Amino acid sequence: MSLTAGSRPDGVRAPAAVEEPVAALAPKAVPEKRSGGAKVPFRTRLRRDRALILMTLPAIALLLLFNYVPLLGNVVAFQDYDPYVSSNGVTAIFHSPWVGVEQFSRMLGDPLFWDAAKNTLVLFVLQLVLFFPVPIALALLINSVVRPRVRAVAQAIMYLPHFFSWVLVVTVFQQIFGGAGIIAQTMERHGWGGFDLMTNASFFKFLVTAQSVWKDAGWGVIVFLAALAAVSTDLYEAAAMDGAGRWRRMWHVTLPALRPVIALLLVLRVGDALSVGFEQFLLQRDAVGAGASEVLDTYVWNMGIQNGDFSYAAAVGLVKGAIGICLVLGANRFAHLLGEQGVYKK
Amino acid sequence: MSLNTQLIRSLQAPPRPVWEEPPRRAGLTLKGGFLVLCCLAILGPLWIVVVTSLSPKPVIDRAGGLVLVPDGITFINYTELLGGGQVSRAMLVSIGVTVVGTVFSMTVSVLAAYGLSRTGSLGHRFLLMSLMATMFFGAGLIPTYLLVQSLGLTDTYLSLILPSAVSVFNILVLRSFFMGIAPELTESARIDGASDLRILLTIILPLSRAVLAVISLFYAVGYWSAWFNASIYLTDQQMMPLQNVLIQLVQKSRAAPTGLQQAVHTGQLSTLGLQMAVMVLALVPVAVASPFVQRHFKKGMLTGAVKG
Repeated sequence: MSLTAGSRPDGVRAPAAVEEPVAALAPKAVPEKRSGGAKVPFRTRLRRDRALILMTLPAIALLLLFNYVPLLGNVVAFQDYDPYVSSNGVTAIFHSPWVGVEQFSRMLGDPLFWDAAKNTLVLFVLQLVLFFPVPIALALLINSVVRPRVRAVAQAIMYLPHFFSWVLVVTVFQQIFGGAGIIAQTMERHGWGGFDLMTNASFFKFLVTAQSVWKDAGWGVIVFLAALAAVSTDLYEAAAMDGAGRWRRMWHVTLPALRPVIALLLVLRVGDALSVGFEQFLLQRDAVGAGASEVLDTYVWNMGIQNGDFSYAAAVGLVKGAIGICLVLGANRFAHLLGEQGVYKK
Repeated sequence: MSLNTQLIRSLQAPPRPVWEEPPRRAGLTLKGGFLVLCCLAILGPLWIVVVTSLSPKPVIDRAGGLVLVPDGITFINYTELLGGGQVSRAMLVSIGVTVVGTVFSMTVSVLAAYGLSRTGSLGHRFLLMSLMATMFFGAGLIPTYLLVQSLGLTDTYLSLILPSAVSVFNILVLRSFFMGIAPELTESARIDGASDLRILLTIILPLSRAVLAVISLFYAVGYWSAWFNASIYLTDQQMMPLQNVLIQLVQKSRAAPTGLQQAVHTGQLSTLGLQMAVMVLALVPVAVASPFVQRHFKKGMLTGAVKG
């Protein structure tokens, strides 16, 4: 029998530990559980667990300061915020005039906002169609390679760009596809000039999608490969016995095994639909112009931090965040309807 | 077994189960070809960048752009860049922020992950929920910016570390790894009278090297790659980290780093070679570090990722 809190100096016996739903691939062990509830007096628990609580506090304090407090700061969206009415940006909130929903109504009549919203949605759809399936396809391909060395090398190379900064990725693309890049130089030598994908506004959306694929498709493979590794070979063998060829086995065994992971990642992606990528667009904003590259995130940055119109930018950010939460909840509900677990349980 | 036989073994496919069809030649070629293409698409550009940064000026000029085939190797671009001046300073800033930031983030995260790993402890649910809630909403750029500004963090290196110091995702990964460690170990230590901190330091941490390596790499890469915070919170050019200098050099097409314009002007150095060398400086640390941690990625990613 394993000893639980019962053997502790405070002399409290724990009920049999209940297994938590640990992650699928975690080593199977019952986590040590501390007894709680009515039987143990509050002061005993406080004395027993104070070290654990103290350990958690630094992280909670940081999140409180940089995640919860700024949440309150969103009230500037309902103001005509002026950072200079007070010596400090936060106390200035108390001195700025309230304007109600004026910023929001201004947003609805702002063509630039709608342009940014449209760009965001188009990019989201493009990413969903052109980016999302790529890691799945790559995982199926790598999974079908039997030689361990080949698998390992291919994976090692494909993971690499995930760790490069966006600055680096954009720069690499610029050196290859840009006006002074290697393709343009080669074409110029053959007499065809004027090649520059990096400043081509009409091609821009495909370019950024390609950058995302180059950077992160290989990394996305990990999750799918892990799900595939968990599939029992008995299933494949049984299917083969029943006369299923390799394509039918893929359709009836492999893909169903991936279904929950695909559903989960799809929910996450849809929930994040309004965040199509920020750094990538900000870095290339100058090259292609705001018309093609402006997304909601860069619009907030431009209006707030560049133009100093904090209240309006906060209003745009708030609407984006609110729609984002609705999307997560909605997508998760939809996943439940399809019989998948989604991000969290009901 | 000799090393040679071992190598051949590892290159050979493991035996196939009887029910599986033998691979067709066309299929193998197609698959292999596609994988090679994928790898080339990733390694090709990196090769060009590295080779160009190592080429002497005449070779770069002759190539009319980026160099594909090395012809004479020189380190002059690197020695010039690292011999003091803008890029050396930026390099030091980036290394400093990365080291200090990673140590700080890891300390906070490991403590929190252990603190939350004992279910049923006082306030466990509440603390865990208040942590996880932040995954669903972001405060938004503008309020965060105003906060950092009024805390007086602008133009300090703290503004590059504190606002993004904790990643809840990383804490959850660490936590579920800690929870997977056999409880018998911690229990027996507890009987011997070990405190929670002692258990964490002497039992949990030595058993968690894999996940610690992965999460440290995630944090370190985050700090190394960050440029946005620096671009909005720092006004002093002297304080800029490497990524921001790279933006100025290549994106904003500033010809050469401050201090080296003269050498470029007189034709001793090639602008392109210098730019590529700065890129390599930004690239090498992550490219070197990630393969060492790579074999742990899967485990580290998945213990926490699938379900918090």
